[in-house]
Amino acid sequence: MNAPPRAPLPPDGRSGRTSNAAEPHPSGDPRFKLLDAALKRHRRRQDALIEVLQSAQELFGKLDADVLIYVARGLELPPSRVYGTATFYHMFTFTAKGEHTCTVCTGTACYVKGAEQILAALEDATGIAAGRTRPDGRISLETARCLGSCGIAPVVVFDGGVEGKVSAAAAVEHVKGWLADGTE
Amino acid sequence: MEPSDLDAIAERERASAKPRRIRVCSAAGCLSAGARSVRIGLEDAIAQGGLADRVEVSDVGCMRLCCEGPLIQDDPGGTMYKRVRPEQAPAIVAAFDAPAAEVDQADPKSAFFARQFSIVLQNSGVVEPERIESAVALGGYRALHHAIREMTPAQVVQEVTASGLRGRGGAGYPTGLKWATVAKMPAGRKFVVCNADEGDPGAFMDRSVLESDPHRVLEGMAIAAYAVGADQGYLYVRGEYPLAIQRLEKAIKDAKRLGLLGTGIFDSPLNLRLDVRIGAGAFVCGEETALIASIEGGRGTPRPRPPYPAESGLWGEPTLINNVETFANIPAIIGKGAAWFASIGTERSKGTKVFALAGKIRNAGLVEVPMGLSLREIVEEIGGGSPEGRPIKAVQTGGPSGGCIPAEHLDTPVDYESLARLGSIMGSGGMIVMDDTTDMVDVAKYFMKFCMDESCGKCIPCRAGTVQLHGLLERIGGGRGDRTDLAKLESLCDMVKATSLCGLGQSAPNPVLSTLRFFRSEYESRLEDRSSEAAPATNSPRG
Repeated sequence: MNAPPRAPLPPDGRSGRTSNAAEPHPSGDPRFKLLDAALKRHRRRQDALIEVLQSAQELFGKLDADVLIYVARGLELPPSRVYGTATFYHMFTFTAKGEHTCTVCTGTACYVKGAEQILAALEDATGIAAGRTRPDGRISLETARCLGSCGIAPVVVFDGGVEGKVSAAAAVEHVKGWLADGTE
Repeated sequence: MEPSDLDAIAERERASAKPRRIRVCSAAGCLSAGARSVRIGLEDAIAQGGLADRVEVSDVGCMRLCCEGPLIQDDPGGTMYKRVRPEQAPAIVAAFDAPAAEVDQADPKSAFFARQFSIVLQNSGVVEPERIESAVALGGYRALHHAIREMTPAQVVQEVTASGLRGRGGAGYPTGLKWATVAKMPAGRKFVVCNADEGDPGAFMDRSVLESDPHRVLEGMAIAAYAVGADQGYLYVRGEYPLAIQRLEKAIKDAKRLGLLGTGIFDSPLNLRLDVRIGAGAFVCGEETALIASIEGGRGTPRPRPPYPAESGLWGEPTLINNVETFANIPAIIGKGAAWFASIGTERSKGTKVFALAGKIRNAGLVEVPMGLSLREIVEEIGGGSPEGRPIKAVQTGGPSGGCIPAEHLDTPVDYESLARLGSIMGSGGMIVMDDTTDMVDVAKYFMKFCMDESCGKCIPCRAGTVQLHGLLERIGGGRGDRTDLAKLESLCDMVKATSLCGLGQSAPNPVLSTLRFFRSEYESRLEDRSSEAAPATNSPRG
């Protein structure tokens, strides 16, 4: 069996290109400047693609086509490679998140402790299926593989705050609070 | 940096310690239970009581009984408090001579703690993960110095081989053999990689080790780099573990500052640059060739082996890939000797194993036990049985690659071979307890859905086979299957197992096969349901 083709870059950790390959983004959006800083921090190394995409997603909230093309130019990679990599990993998203995000852990420990019922109750309360965002942009409902907090299963994350031993009723109450008070 | 410098750091650490120290668990489980506000409460209580010169609060790692968090421990005295609330802080601080009676206590002498044996977790819950001085004061980096100064690389490999240590990521490949393969490759660029892509749902051992004692892992990697002749390494950590990533990055920075990583470690010719790489959420990246592709910045798809990464890994160079727990065992093996390590455990499975005990179990948390202990001792004595007193039906080990061991086999000793004989695997250490309310066909479907979603799509047996298997399980689970479906399920399991490219597909049928083996009646009763309904057979509505 032949070894697969290798990413074309020297692995010596020092040879990142320093020239600014990307033109400034025509929109003048200041976030592209911050993305430039991220590219620079990784010395425009092609093997830092995933890290750069993570920075881009933090800045923009999602990965739009023009952000992906900007990254491709910045790292001198074919856009197909950038798109292929971005779509491979679950953490990258191409649609905007809602104001609030509720993530239900569906790991094995949470599963045996009733995560499916919690998820069903939340789908009911928010009116959206897992993985979707409400049309009004208020809430995104997501699932996670395993958050590694199995000792306190079942686990639900409300806007980044991890809560353990959650009941379906408590989870529903939490998201109903969001719906009642959109500014919180 | 010399051992005397390490001693000096340790001495300063001891001299600056206050007579009393209250340790607060700052690992992920306790943090989500509110450990941060407990810590603030304790500090306020100390300040208000004017005790700042006598009592201090320190952030430590996992104290193991995760289901009862936040946990704190008083030192000296050793009283461990559980489910602490911030308003209880003044009472705890005031309790000098006797424990604060009004706060719930965990008994460190109970079976959950007393039956454990620690190598990997020796300093977990004691050492401060964000302070390298604390790790050094507890003996950190002494084994690295010993290896570099007193041993040749070949002797280090020999010592690891003699210890009998086997890979803790799941497959149990002899670690010494892997090291020897990389060491034997011609001198040149080589890499060490720590696989911290703990993807098995229900497993959190590696997360706890990284959050609790990151320097132990770094020291193990540095010893490995010396033994195999590598000068660069990566830790590939799941993106879902932000705290572990943050602590690792700080640990690497601190170790570099003290000259324990970087250029000229311990003034020897050994150089080692370590970088953290963050996984972006793909279970298949736990497979070593997929992990390599991901570190190189591409799609994390596996490739056929051979060549094994030990010969041709990162950028085609020889690469040593070990799991977090494997590396964490190394300092103890070098420090205390292979013979000591080999005296623990069984004939073919040496040392200890860390398990993440969760599910329908009273004492959910982190457990480190000598290999060879029976599942019953782990589940019933250490774990305390099921919380509502319901009968335990099965124990699941190995996650989506493993199997369900039924209650009648609970006396099986935990070692690689015994678990394999039961159609399960040691796995990375997730251990999920299920009681009689758990539906085993649904468990099989749950894991198959996981593998179906996580299949990378490169090879057809896994990409299409998992979808078909999931469809069959939906059909049987929904009472719409017949005997031919069951036969199809079994033959398709064999096909996917035999022909998939990587471990994900090869092991994806395991949960189905093991539930079929031990809980076949649950499948068959669904078939009978169908015939009693006398509904005409229809084509499978696949879900």
